[in-house]
Amino acid sequence: MELVSLIIIFVLALFIGYEIITKVPPTLHTPLMSGSNAISGVVIVGAIIISSNTHSLLASIFSVVGVILATINVVGGFLVTDRMLGMFKKSKK
Amino acid sequence: MIDISSNVENILYLISAALFIIGIKRLTSPVTARAGNRLSSVAMLLAIVITIIKYTDTNIEWIIVGLIIGSFIGIILSKYVQMTAMPQLVAIFNAFGGAASAIVAMYAVMYPSESNSTTFTLASVAFASIVGSITLTGSFIAFGKLQEIISTKPMLLPIRNFINIALFISILVFSVLLCIPETYDVSYLYIIVGLSLIVGILIVIPIGGADMPVVVALLNSYSGIAGAGAGFVLGNPVLIIAGSLVGASGLILTRIMTKAMNRSLLNVMLGGFGAEAGSSGSSDEETRPVTSLTSEDAAMILAYAESVIFVPGYGLAVAQAQHQINELSGLLKDKGISVKYAIHPVAGRMPGHMNVLLAEANVPYDELKDLDEINSEFERTDVAVVVGANDVTNPSARTDTSSPIYGMPILNVDKAKSVIVLKRSMASGFSGVQNELFFLDKTNMLFGDAKDSVEGMIKEVRELD
Repeated sequence: MELVSLIIIFVLALFIGYEIITKVPPTLHTPLMSGSNAISGVVIVGAIIISSNTHSLLASIFSVVGVILATINVVGGFLVTDRMLGMFKKSKK
Repeated sequence: MIDISSNVENILYLISAALFIIGIKRLTSPVTARAGNRLSSVAMLLAIVITIIKYTDTNIEWIIVGLIIGSFIGIILSKYVQMTAMPQLVAIFNAFGGAASAIVAMYAVMYPSESNSTTFTLASVAFASIVGSITLTGSFIAFGKLQEIISTKPMLLPIRNFINIALFISILVFSVLLCIPETYDVSYLYIIVGLSLIVGILIVIPIGGADMPVVVALLNSYSGIAGAGAGFVLGNPVLIIAGSLVGASGLILTRIMTKAMNRSLLNVMLGGFGAEAGSSGSSDEETRPVTSLTSEDAAMILAYAESVIFVPGYGLAVAQAQHQINELSGLLKDKGISVKYAIHPVAGRMPGHMNVLLAEANVPYDELKDLDEINSEFERTDVAVVVGANDVTNPSARTDTSSPIYGMPILNVDKAKSVIVLKRSMASGFSGVQNELFFLDKTNMLFGDAKDSVEGMIKEVRELD
């Protein structure tokens, strides 16, 4: 994609992020952190792209380490957030 | 590999990005939050599947092995972590995310293809590698401090500001050299990464344990920004969108935390808070008398109250007393006593730490009140019970202009009709100043491990029936 389009996407996403995340209540701040942490593992996409295109054993190992680290981030992040959110209950009045 | 046109690819990535946004939006209410998180994970799966279909060719087995290993470790970590250790886990995940971003960015320079040698790409590589590397080592130091492997006290190197500035300038110079075609050399990238790894260590080392909520939130933001940087390297929109969402989220949380401490981000990052005051405070030994009482007395006071507010702090997490607190408040509610919880934004070691602990112990989230909601209620409350919180309840933050915590928004515990403080000893809080609350006539100290104390109170309240 063109450089300018990428920058436009970046700036607009920052604004969207700011708008929605300021509305998250304090009680959900820990799940927000672990959940957004899992989302930052989206770099797994980048890790898969580089792993698909390797020319040497060393390059393959290096890129697959990226896949492993990003996968831990994604899978662990989403699961632990789900576990946490399952604990939030309203009072039974 | 299936030949998808880049238009179709980008539309599919756009759908994934939109689902991330809706997923995060659903985190704004506890009712929809779980579904929102699941939606985000579906968005992630979509992004991964598109990428595998479009890009993988001969290396598919490598990638699958990587996905399996990573998933296995992720499942184990998320399943067995204790809720009290959540800040450590988030720190570790931040470290991995930052490292992955740095790897993706570095790869573009280490194994270049013909299309990606523009100055802009190189600048993105430098940026994502720097931020990713700082996130990696900074998060590991934060993890060490949270796990108390590394001293939680602020550690101050003598000429640290000079060292930090020198490191930053060197990183900047090598980044510029990397980006200019005439001076370009791959080895500059390795130098940049090496220096950034050192910077990550040096910026977190001087920060004390109770300032960790700010650090964890900031590193969370960095991991997102590093991901967005990697997105610029690859020209991949979903990386940029998701990365900047996380970057914004971390920055907002950082701001909420620093505001709740009445400090600037710079003040937190320069570190050393509490180090000076702590050393002078200990020489000035506290001789004023406090009133202490037993669990039995405390139980009596609670049983004859009409309204009770619990004020949990990091000490609750350390003592793992969240289940006992819930049991005690259940007994009090059975007696018709109104029970609420007052949560300060910086209670615990990460934003929202107390809320998750209490949720784990089945405390309904609508009983948890934040600072603005609860502060006017203390005056109308019979008993405030402080469990392992200290600085956030210190009334001198309102009145004593010479106090290091002056101006910090606090919970007005001292306005309650009577106060019970559960604490291990008279040691001062993180700020190094003594808490004036403890010396008020209406305050009773219940010394000992919070879990044992609360268990004693539960036993006594039961016997009163």
